[in-house]
Amino acid sequence: MAAIGYNCGMIANATPTTPASHPTVSDVELPRLAKKRFLHDAAEHVRDTDHRAFIRKALGGYYVSRDVQKSRFRDWEQARDAASLAKWSAVNRLDELLPRFVTNFEANGGQVHWARDADEARTIVLDLVKAARAKAVIKSKCMTSEEIHLNAALEADGYGVVESDLGEFIQQLRGEPPYHFVFPCMHVRREEISDLFGRHLGTAPTDSPEELTMIARRHMRGLYIDADVGITGANFLVAETGQISITENEGNARLTAALPRVHIAISGFEKVVEHLDDLAVLLPMLATAGAGQPLTCYNTLYAGPRQPGEADGPEEMHLVLLDNARTAILADPEQRDSLHCIRCGACLNVCPIFKNVGGFTYGTTYQGPIGSVITPHLRGLADWNHLSGASSLCGACSDACPVRIDIHRHLLHNRRNAARTSPNLIEKIGHKIFVMVARRPWVFALGGKLFRQTLPLLKALRPPLLRDWLASRDLPQAPRESFRRQWERRRPEARG
Amino acid sequence: MTGNSGGSAREVILARIKEALRVPAPLPHGIAAALRSQMGLLPATAALTTSGASAAGSASAATALPTLTIVPEEVARPWLPDGGETPEEQLHLLIENLGKLRAVVHHAVDFTAASEYLFTIARERDWKRVAWHPHPLVDPLLAGIPCATYRVDAKDFDKHALESCDAGITSCEALVAQTGSILVSSATSGGRALSILPHVHVVVATRSQIVATLADALHAMKALHAGRLPSMLSFITGPSRTGDIERILVLGAHGPKELILILVD
Repeated sequence: MAAIGYNCGMIANATPTTPASHPTVSDVELPRLAKKRFLHDAAEHVRDTDHRAFIRKALGGYYVSRDVQKSRFRDWEQARDAASLAKWSAVNRLDELLPRFVTNFEANGGQVHWARDADEARTIVLDLVKAARAKAVIKSKCMTSEEIHLNAALEADGYGVVESDLGEFIQQLRGEPPYHFVFPCMHVRREEISDLFGRHLGTAPTDSPEELTMIARRHMRGLYIDADVGITGANFLVAETGQISITENEGNARLTAALPRVHIAISGFEKVVEHLDDLAVLLPMLATAGAGQPLTCYNTLYAGPRQPGEADGPEEMHLVLLDNARTAILADPEQRDSLHCIRCGACLNVCPIFKNVGGFTYGTTYQGPIGSVITPHLRGLADWNHLSGASSLCGACSDACPVRIDIHRHLLHNRRNAARTSPNLIEKIGHKIFVMVARRPWVFALGGKLFRQTLPLLKALRPPLLRDWLASRDLPQAPRESFRRQWERRRPEARG
Repeated sequence: MTGNSGGSAREVILARIKEALRVPAPLPHGIAAALRSQMGLLPATAALTTSGASAAGSASAATALPTLTIVPEEVARPWLPDGGETPEEQLHLLIENLGKLRAVVHHAVDFTAASEYLFTIARERDWKRVAWHPHPLVDPLLAGIPCATYRVDAKDFDKHALESCDAGITSCEALVAQTGSILVSSATSGGRALSILPHVHVVVATRSQIVATLADALHAMKALHAGRLPSMLSFITGPSRTGDIERILVLGAHGPKELILILVD
């Protein structure tokens, strides 16, 4: 099915000089606003039942096909063990495997560029595009490029850049970031796309997804041919052979890496796997967990530019290896496994929070549970811990993760870390009072009595402290007597 | 393209990584138990060292991190999707999977039959121009092309000419029963664009090219191209597709709308 371009990376760190490429992305936003806006947008989206129903419907087919494909595995759980071990083994030996990958990649004729942060990565890509004397740049889906706000930087320097993945193209025309890092425009209705294409491409209205896809297909074909530079992401970096692996469905990444003179790939360094053979496990799992497919349509391994004797292919191949705070996550052994993420998006698809608040509410490059885990590392826990609170801790994300990242437990870790570094005064006082009350049975009984009697009054008065709670809920009927009293009364009966 | 304040970016990042990895991480959630129950997954010694290291959780264990790899010769991976044991099973699986992917499979008893089939589909679809590349499996089919052709080779490749073609005919490196994938390479399948730019992709292959699993295909590539891997290896799994509009499946997003496999006995 979809535009799988699960690529690369993480979240941009705050670089105030970055021009915001999208009005709703909040790297550049004043941090304190992040939580406020999250609460506001979440409330708004939760009330939007049309939006919720639309997202649920869109995911309905995914659940079915995912389960069909999972059942083709003779043992999905053992496959998860193997996949998580392959990633664990690679991430924990990056000091050895990353140099090995780079040596082999260079032996294949590729050039490696190291970027400590988003700013450095943008400069590298801009210099490469400049050196190529590029008139046009075509891109296939690449989340690290969203992370470093590459499009805005290219456009600011006067380079036209076109997103070739259908979903990303639609989002580019809409001037919005991806809604979901695997299904970028899953929130957009076909009528809106028809209008959008009508406005930008001058095409006639249609309500057929097929016709809309063909409009984009026709529009894009010439652009692949005219582009001088093709930019892609990377899903895996194979240390053993120096190849990069790109997963997609549409063929746009294949075209992007075939026709332009220069191919630039951007990837977080944590995408390294040791053996080519690891892909025999990881590729089918990525497709099954991410899109309910046995394998996505095109899984391609690139080893440098065109070789002598080959018909076509780029003259140069560059790889930008991005840190951008990944080393900070690596330095936390407890949450290091969040670097195992293969960006399949399965945790978003099953998350009750994601399905209710939607992708934009997060305000992050990576939405959903995995985004809530890693964003605080990259943009600061104090300002982004609210994402860890936006979880029912149901564990659906951890169950869905093909590489067994303990996602919901990491949300708890973030909460714990936040409580340590910047304790919430009200919570602290609240807990103190509770301890005081709970240790004195007579105070507890008195408090209960008081509460039972004032409950109808609270209901009527709606004091400010309870107003948020009461906005969508009702208080229960007060029981006539306390639990302890009832227990005492009924015990003899229970004994029979 | 490296920074120069306080060492190159490469040195800085590698130093950060080294520093970060000084404290070992525990094994993935649930893995320690899994290891005990299925030691076949790993060499026994590695498994023991690993669970020991994670249980101890001490910084000194960092040096004891084992090399954990899964090597197909040693492990059959009986938990992945089935690839079939016998050639018959593999053929059956391949065809079943390709069907589900909405690819077309045509059996031909010999190259004459294959050529006739190509003639028929070219006529039916009214192809004006077909691209091909010189290859022992492709050459015998040329007689079956009732229209203009464009030959793709290393000399003066013309992307505009290729774009004007209705179909591209290529050979392949292998066929994967497990997933219904067709493995093409830049070395033996006419470069990178021939199998992706034309609207229809026709693949000519023989039954002997069928392998059971992705791992088998990858291994075959390493053995076959021992000196140097082709600059592109691509597993093609069905015609190009997208679900980006309301998650509804549409074939032919940017790559071929149709994928036709001619399987010669």
